[in-house]
Amino acid sequence: MNGSIGSRRSFLKMGGAVGGAALAMPFIARNGLAAQPIKVGCLLDESGALGLNGQPMLQATQYAVKVINDAGGLLGRPLQLISYDTQSSMQLYTQYAQQLALKDEVAVVQGGITSASREAIRPVFDRFKTLYFYNTQYEGGVCDRDIFCTGTTPAQTVSHLVPYTMQNWGKKAYIIAADYNYGQITSKWMTKYTREAGGTIAEIDFFPLDVTDFSSAISKIQQAGPNVVLSALVGANHLGFYRQWAAAGMKGKIPIASTTFGLSNELNSMDPSITDGIVTAFGWYPTVNTPSTTAFLAGMTKMFGPNLPMLSELDSATYEGMMFWAEGVKKAGTIARLPVIKALESGITIVGPSGTATMDPATHHVIHNAYLARANARKWDIVETFPASPPADTAAVCNLLKYPRTDKQFVVDVKS
Amino acid sequence: MDLTGLLGFNVLVGIGTLALITVGLGVIYGMMKIINLAHGEFMMLGAYATYVSTAHGINIWIAMLVISPLFVGLVGLVVERTLIRFLYGRMIDTMLATWGLSLGLIGLMTSIFGNDPRGVSTPLHSFAIGRYDASLYGIVIILAACASLIGLFAMLRMTRFGLIVRATMQNPNMAAALGVAPPRIYMATFALGAALAGLAGGVLAPISGVSPVMGAAFIAKAFITVLGGGAAIVTGTALASTIFGFINEIVSFKTTPVIGEVALLLAAVVMIRILPQGITGRFLRRSL
Repeated sequence: MNGSIGSRRSFLKMGGAVGGAALAMPFIARNGLAAQPIKVGCLLDESGALGLNGQPMLQATQYAVKVINDAGGLLGRPLQLISYDTQSSMQLYTQYAQQLALKDEVAVVQGGITSASREAIRPVFDRFKTLYFYNTQYEGGVCDRDIFCTGTTPAQTVSHLVPYTMQNWGKKAYIIAADYNYGQITSKWMTKYTREAGGTIAEIDFFPLDVTDFSSAISKIQQAGPNVVLSALVGANHLGFYRQWAAAGMKGKIPIASTTFGLSNELNSMDPSITDGIVTAFGWYPTVNTPSTTAFLAGMTKMFGPNLPMLSELDSATYEGMMFWAEGVKKAGTIARLPVIKALESGITIVGPSGTATMDPATHHVIHNAYLARANARKWDIVETFPASPPADTAAVCNLLKYPRTDKQFVVDVKS
Repeated sequence: MDLTGLLGFNVLVGIGTLALITVGLGVIYGMMKIINLAHGEFMMLGAYATYVSTAHGINIWIAMLVISPLFVGLVGLVVERTLIRFLYGRMIDTMLATWGLSLGLIGLMTSIFGNDPRGVSTPLHSFAIGRYDASLYGIVIILAACASLIGLFAMLRMTRFGLIVRATMQNPNMAAALGVAPPRIYMATFALGAALAGLAGGVLAPISGVSPVMGAAFIAKAFITVLGGGAAIVTGTALASTIFGFINEIVSFKTTPVIGEVALLLAAVVMIRILPQGITGRFLRRSL
């Protein structure tokens, strides 16, 4: 729809000479639109509780736009980034989403951090036929033809993390997780993969995001005596757990594996005596040894200076989200929504920081490399690499090629 | 048996934490009837004072026990002179003013330090209770709480300054007639309350982490404890912390932290219903 509006403008501009033929005749269209940049939208929390994650994600978006523009833009037109600070507020998400779709008429929107924010803006972009990319690692299951998800899901990370802990540390796990949909669903995945690896769950504890005192939790864990603690704790308050765990002398006794630790600059903000030895699995780490990672880090550092926080999968996936869309536009030869979706559904592959990544046509999720790493002296030591991990969780319930009108988030039923 | 020991220790640390975060608020509310909604942010400033000092190589004990209270006490002094002194006797207005102050302080610290949580490493290690381990730092929290309460008690009961403070709080006009300047006493009391908040922030920094919004996690509990304690600052704080800390820790251990918080709030509701003036509104009324 956006494309047709653009062509209507050019129609008026060119005095009706070429008009409707503009799309069919790329050469003339390019000349007519050369001065008009392609608008791309971005919704991220630059302030508030999630600002810590949102700021580097915005920088990754700005960097991706710069890379595309330095290479000559798309279809001969430069990109113009329009970003709004959603301030960690759901109300602003829906308000700015409408603004991007209706007032700014952007070709694509990249953004959203929490699952709650994604579910707030997804219907808005569905209604106003705006293409949307969600670039955060999340609990999986979103099935909607208008959205592409470039972050990892539990089948790509938890499935590697849990068997690793079972093999190396023992079969009895204790799960601690944040008390909202991400933590609840992720703990189910942890349970499933623990059982599949022949392990047992000692207990599952949920913590509201404002809990700072973990002394009773640490006592309970000691009493249960597990071989490993699996953590899906979220946010600044919950970081107190790792501090109090180390202070209670537990760090050397029971190892920790986490699905969230490291997304918010933890290795720089906490002492290595607290963080060393914690194992995580994500779609990307700054220590991944590929030329594309080196180029990404060098480019980001050059653009924003050496004081960047430690980047994470959130930032690499954000960059890759923009690059996927750019590839789709190149292949479609237009920025119109449906042709770009069809182009992305043809199985587009890009080489991003995480390595080779392929858009899975059936789920609109990404088949990409997963990594398992251990914190060591403020760095992530890559322990294992899992090439081309598929989003198997979402694929089990979602097939957009067969049912293109699906529009929901499946909550994957984990048998417990 | 080992478990009982560990639980007992946790309960003591929980009580100490509660007393520590409450006593500064208790001084300001109990003596001056000012509801300081920026109390959590005063703690946050104390935590940042410790963080910045240790980052510049100052010994962590000096940072948290000396620099944090001094710095936040000074901030309290400035706040009292520029904001609070115009609002004595206007409780709603002081609430609004201190709430604005708390938002301003959060914004200020975010623009200076950014909103990522900083850490101060815990200076002590762990010790064994039977086959379990506990943090030795918990003892520091218990000691800091005891020192705050006992020091406050001694100051109010044994020094001339304490006598004047009590007299001013009881009847400012009579105290003024006898040659005391109540504004000065108010100023000193507010600074003292702020300093105690700073001490709490500094001492808790290593275990809670330091971020601009950290105050919000403590403020509600501190208020409940002050109200539960009643008019006598020292006795009230100590008794209410003991009751609420005990309930919270035991229920959290037996069930989940969520139920633990619920139990604490329920206990507070029941207690305020039975004792609307707080514990010391009915018992030990002549205590401090």
